[in-house]
Amino acid sequence: MSATLERPFDAPADIDLRGHGQPLVDKTFRWILFLCLFIGIAFLAVLLAYVIIKGWPRLDSRLWTNMPSIRRPEQAGAQSAITGTLWVIAFTALFSLPIGFLSAVYLEEYAKPTSRFARFVEVNIQNLAAVPSIVYGILGLAIFARALALGQTVITAGLTLALLVLPVVIVSTREALRAVPQNIRHGSLALGATLWQTTWRQTMPAAVPGMATGTILALSRAIGEAAPLLLLGAVTFISFNPTGPFSAYTTLPIQIYNWTKESREEFQVLAAATIVLLLVILLAMNAVAILIRNRTQKRW
Amino acid sequence: MSGQSASSVAGGLNPLRQTKPRYGEAVIRGVLTLAAAVSLFTTFGIVISVLIPSLEFFAEISILEFLFTTTWTPLFANPQYGVLPLITGTLVITVIAVLVAIPLGLGSAIYLSEYASPGARKVLKPTLEVLAGIPTVVFGFFALEFITQYVLKPIFPSIQVFNALSAGLVMGIMIIPTIASLSEDAMAAVPSGLRDGAYALGATKRQTALRVVVPAALSGIVAAFVLGISRAIGETMIVTIAAGLQPNMTLNPLQGMQTMTSYIAAAGSGDVPTGSIEYKSIFAVGLLLFAITFVMNMISIRLVRKYRQAYQ
Repeated sequence: MSATLERPFDAPADIDLRGHGQPLVDKTFRWILFLCLFIGIAFLAVLLAYVIIKGWPRLDSRLWTNMPSIRRPEQAGAQSAITGTLWVIAFTALFSLPIGFLSAVYLEEYAKPTSRFARFVEVNIQNLAAVPSIVYGILGLAIFARALALGQTVITAGLTLALLVLPVVIVSTREALRAVPQNIRHGSLALGATLWQTTWRQTMPAAVPGMATGTILALSRAIGEAAPLLLLGAVTFISFNPTGPFSAYTTLPIQIYNWTKESREEFQVLAAATIVLLLVILLAMNAVAILIRNRTQKRW
Repeated sequence: MSGQSASSVAGGLNPLRQTKPRYGEAVIRGVLTLAAAVSLFTTFGIVISVLIPSLEFFAEISILEFLFTTTWTPLFANPQYGVLPLITGTLVITVIAVLVAIPLGLGSAIYLSEYASPGARKVLKPTLEVLAGIPTVVFGFFALEFITQYVLKPIFPSIQVFNALSAGLVMGIMIIPTIASLSEDAMAAVPSGLRDGAYALGATKRQTALRVVVPAALSGIVAAFVLGISRAIGETMIVTIAAGLQPNMTLNPLQGMQTMTSYIAAAGSGDVPTGSIEYKSIFAVGLLLFAITFVMNMISIRLVRKYRQAYQ
């Protein structure tokens, strides 16, 4: 009688309903999952440790006060690459931010959810976000450098990288706008404000922290990008700072690539030191982004 | 909007009527629409800039020869343009990367979504995402200088300095955050009622994760895989630096090989005279690359939409 109580469904004797065989398998499974995550993080730690140790002997002021040199690695620096990066990123920001913000405002605030045009633009942006960066290099080469005859200059690089990061700017701005509660818009519209007055004076100011975070992430992606610039003349040996938008240029990732190709060990050390510099810049930008997010986090 | 109909109200005062039309608002809407259209122009520009030189290329080299012959020697006196070695190179490196990234990325996603405490998640997730922010030129340097030299060489003494294995392994690590974060989004969208149901039936956490959550989030997870593969195919700097620039029709990952992307990078950064057949070959390979990644991106976008519709 007691047996029927324990096994009411007449289960075969070899099935253990209490399942005390499970915990070990489950524990192992949990550890395997953690290991998956750990491998990625450990790889990151080893990479950072390696470049810092390798680049340490050259991590001094020569890196930003001296120009690149092929013959004398002990005197070589990356000043032209640092200034080149600043020039290119300034133009990237100049082109990508206004267009990105306005596109996001259109998609989030103006377009009807059923609008065919808006849906088409949306899918198109999703695809552009995943187009290989070297393809943007081809676009820049064919359209900006050749067809518009801008040549292999700072402005060509800025325009190309602007198109490359545009999807990132648009997607993050949309998320920031979406986080602003509808009540604020409704309140403004109910007081007689037009759609643009509502957007410009209520919605966008409320979304500024989110937009700033997205902007920094987009620009840090542009700073690290090398592939499209390979096609846009950045690999030429440049030992002068850019003087304007139509100047020749090189950037930090490209300078790292050039030194990696050199066979002498001193250049590998120099590449590692420049990598540390690049990563410090990116880290600082990300820290600012996180700071903005934490400081201005608003509970609606 | 209602200006016309309101003014036709016979003689009465209409307090809701707009007193004057606002042309400014219309102009602003126009400007915004134009800004949104820039992304369409970008796609259009990409298609035009790869298509036109490609058509000129295929006027000289037949498409069949391009797609189905096995010698890629654009720099020889008697150049041959069979793209198969570049496709093989791309494929070998992508497969290695995917073998690394799919198990590790999915495992990380399941851990973060189903196992990690909220506190641990808050630390682990951003740390993993730092990987996605490392410039690819840095990964390339690390693959060539560290992975090949200190990890692979002791294991495979015959390995070449430039090889597909180190490029593929490092690329796999690079894609982990892409796969992990998209898969995790998909798993987070699975309603907790499904999990509770599984627990109520006596399933353990592992059974719930593997037999309920993962199948329920499958379309999102597959979308993550497809996007990861698309990124691997399009990645340029790691392969250019670590896998060498020698077209090589082989499946041996210990050898160097050239991919579609590293050919474009190498040929495009040299002094190729505009209008030459070699110059046009950059665009033909670019067209192929764009077409492949475009198809994969579209599959991924469709799949994401599918799971969003299912759980919203």
